[in-house]
Amino acid sequence: MNLLETRGLSKHFGGVHAVAGLDLTLAEGEVVGLIGPNGAGKTTAFNLLSGFLAPDAGEIRFRGRSLLGLKPHTICRLGLARTFQIVRPFPRLSVVGALGRHPAAARARELARAVVERVGLGAKAAQPAAGLTLAERKRLELARALATEPALLLLDEVMAGLNPTEIATLVALIGDIHRGGVSILLIEHNMRAVMALSHRIVVLNFGEQVAEGPPDAIANHPRVIEAYLGEEYVHTAPSR
Amino acid sequence: MRWLWPAAVLLLAALPLFPSLFGSYAVTLFTLIFFYGFLGQAWNIVGGFAGQLSAGHAAFLGIGAYTAALLSVEKGITPWVGMFVGGALAAALGTLIGFLGFRFGLRGFYFVLLTVAFAEICRIIASNTDTIGGAVGYYITFTGDPRQFQFQDARAYYYVALALMLAATGVVAWLARRRFGVYLIAIREDESASEALGVDTFRYKLLAMMLSSFLTGVGGAFYAFYLFSLQPGSVFGIPLSVEIIMRAIVGGAGTVLGPILGSFILSPLAELARLYFAQSGWHGAHLVAYGLLLIAVVLFLPEGAYPRLARLFRRRAPQTP
Repeated sequence: MNLLETRGLSKHFGGVHAVAGLDLTLAEGEVVGLIGPNGAGKTTAFNLLSGFLAPDAGEIRFRGRSLLGLKPHTICRLGLARTFQIVRPFPRLSVVGALGRHPAAARARELARAVVERVGLGAKAAQPAAGLTLAERKRLELARALATEPALLLLDEVMAGLNPTEIATLVALIGDIHRGGVSILLIEHNMRAVMALSHRIVVLNFGEQVAEGPPDAIANHPRVIEAYLGEEYVHTAPSR
Repeated sequence: MRWLWPAAVLLLAALPLFPSLFGSYAVTLFTLIFFYGFLGQAWNIVGGFAGQLSAGHAAFLGIGAYTAALLSVEKGITPWVGMFVGGALAAALGTLIGFLGFRFGLRGFYFVLLTVAFAEICRIIASNTDTIGGAVGYYITFTGDPRQFQFQDARAYYYVALALMLAATGVVAWLARRRFGVYLIAIREDESASEALGVDTFRYKLLAMMLSSFLTGVGGAFYAFYLFSLQPGSVFGIPLSVEIIMRAIVGGAGTVLGPILGSFILSPLAELARLYFAQSGWHGAHLVAYGLLLIAVVLFLPEGAYPRLARLFRRRAPQTP
């Protein structure tokens, strides 16, 4: 059974069709990359899936259950967690997520510490979050989402602004998380990362799906190259 | 932190002994410090922890005050019970305001305006309802009956105010360590992120509003039977709301001891300013002093006095590896 399934998902803002009839599926244990040029509707799709926006039309099913009309916090409790592009870190951030599953503060703190440890921020746990580097903040954002113990993780451009070394370690970390039993849907502009992580890639343009397939096929798909990759891909991702 | 907490506990432990050591003016002053500390602490739950800036807490105080006074004078129901009825009614209004504000996503400035609007509505209704004294106000005849919350000895008010402040501080200290408190802080820091992390932000904001307005309503009973007169302009007025907020902001909103510290700073200041400025015919000048102080706090102590003080003590304390 598909873990996540959308049918004809649509959202428009005024005359702009940000997401237009999106049919997206994600099987249990799968990593799916969602790519497309700026304004293609990727983040809107995330906001629809996580309940921050209500779709104009269409259906979203997660573990066979409709998510329509549910608030973000309920969706999170069902096991669908997301990260944000812009995060304002604050103290005890990951504890908040853990508290959803474990109401006892002591147990939640323990789990939060474990999750912070897992993303490699153990040594920084006691530091004020404001003092973290961008790469560390991205890890913290990941820890925060993981603390909710999700079955499906939506990652919104976690690689943005990182240098190649940082990207490589974060790709390894996300791979680890996936092997730990978490399915992943990621929005990513970094081609090397998305190619390395995804089993399958869905390409959006103007709110519609223009292509779908395994990474190798997508990389050579003429409509994808036309819509999105263009020359940029040739430079950033050497042949594999 | 390490030093500050024991110091605070020691100070609090010594407070019950003060009345036997000091004169009656000091007792009055401390009573005011405790009472405004209590109100600041009640506001702190929704304003400091949850970050929802209510500028209309006078509404809750006024409702609690009028309820307790009317029940006592008209129905003979003791304010010891009436204070909880008043608290419940205040919480009902708090729930209504919270529901409207949070359901329709009023944030920041818009929420401030909503709360002010409700307090003003309460003031106007009270001013125009003759059965509760209208604009002239409602007066309680002093009988000195402790069962009706009336005390011959000013020290009794001192102890009641102290108990209120300690109880509210106990509640805040307790919730700050629990899920409720962590959620409120998370909501204040980043509401969308909290929602994404499974926090029912609407529910928790509403709970914070209910608890805060309930406590403030309970405080209203104290206000009524400490002053024995209720004027709509003063119990429902914006200046009172500002007094409450200032305690928390100057001391440190969102900290457990901040509002108490704020009251220890501001209440004597307000009292002295009122005394000296009023004597020389400068009525309301203490509000100017407040304004200047607020500017100073925003500029130099944006987190309030408590966090700064805590850091100061921490720096002096031996560093642990």
